[in-house]
Amino acid sequence: MVCMELAGTPQEIVSARDLGVVACTRCTKAWPLGTQTCARCGHVLVSRDRLSLQRVWAYWLMGLVCYIPANVFPMLETKTLYQIDESTIIGGAVELAQHGNLGIAAIILLASVVIPLGKFWAVAFLAISVKQKDAASKHQRQFLYEIVEYIGRWSMIDIFVVAILSALVQLKTLASINPGPASIFFALSVIFTMLSAQAFDSRMIWDVQAKDGGPERNE
Amino acid sequence: MVMNAATASQTSLILDELIVCPQCDAAYKLKQPGHGERAICQRCHKVLIAPRQNAGLRIIAIALAVVFLIMGAALFPFLTIDAAGNKNAVSILDAALAFSGGPMILLSLATAALIVFIPLTRVLLTLYVLVPVVLDRPPARHAIKAFRISEAMRPWSMAEIFAIGCAVALVKVADLAHVGFGPAFWMFGILVALIIAQDSFMCKWSVWNSLEHPKKS
Repeated sequence: MVCMELAGTPQEIVSARDLGVVACTRCTKAWPLGTQTCARCGHVLVSRDRLSLQRVWAYWLMGLVCYIPANVFPMLETKTLYQIDESTIIGGAVELAQHGNLGIAAIILLASVVIPLGKFWAVAFLAISVKQKDAASKHQRQFLYEIVEYIGRWSMIDIFVVAILSALVQLKTLASINPGPASIFFALSVIFTMLSAQAFDSRMIWDVQAKDGGPERNE
Repeated sequence: MVMNAATASQTSLILDELIVCPQCDAAYKLKQPGHGERAICQRCHKVLIAPRQNAGLRIIAIALAVVFLIMGAALFPFLTIDAAGNKNAVSILDAALAFSGGPMILLSLATAALIVFIPLTRVLLTLYVLVPVVLDRPPARHAIKAFRISEAMRPWSMAEIFAIGCAVALVKVADLAHVGFGPAFWMFGILVALIIAQDSFMCKWSVWNSLEHPKKS
């Protein structure tokens, strides 16, 4: 791995906005401040997305609203010879743990409960902290943002498990598994939180430093 | 080794010589790294440029393999189940389309898209963009648009997550019935490894750069 060498101290890192330059977030090409669209890739150019936080909160709220029915309604409906068993996300994981599959129960709890809740907290924390000067360090926040971006997709695991189980276990009268109404809410919740994290403009994390150093500029 | 931070005092800026980190907006003077080297943002440590030798050819080779594997993996039996004489075999498309009835159809379509159609579309777009570039031809028509769509789809391509989901589902069913692996299961395993390899070879900046400055043949 090759790291870059700086000409001076890290304080000399300059934001493109302070150079009077707006960069394309998709293809990294630089344009003069005020350019509307990137002529290379056609992406809309915004130095700082002022509406970013609004979109983050809107998607965040949708995700949270969908996450509640996802946990209240049954995720799986298992029909065996004698009984119909409806289990919620947490109920299913507890059942697995009682059968001795602790590892799998842990994966499901992690992917469907810990990661989504952690994501709600992390996105909210990031969105609030860019408004404050002295929250956490910028590197910690950047790290948190990268984790959220990377890990969010993995919550889909539960949906895929339900899909595989309900397609596979169709053994006439012996046993059959069908998806419950929670699955659609859970999928929506994952999609909305992914959109929420994507809407967040991570450049805002680093603006506090720029504000301390130089004069503030408008877009 | 590769870049130096530009300082605000520089008055004459040549925009073509500037590269800006899309994640934290730090500006650097562009200096292209050699093969195997990586240019990394000093501030947020995002990889900005990471060219590999023959990356284009390798990506094309992998992409061709992925196209055939996706089609095979989607259509052949994926898993078979056997319990007390009752048998059932499903393909990946069956699994994706398992949600039926009312609004669940939408979930079926979404699942099928996430596992099969988005990865397939991404690979086809990649081929469309890269083949002319690697052959030193002028870029294909709408190549820029195609690459843009392919990049926008990146977070929504979830084949590898489906693979882990498979493992979880297998354990859940294991004590209920005997589960066997169809040919598609192994194809899908290879597929996931190839998709991950392809993403690691791809240097977005190099592709944009070659689309902007095509070599004259």
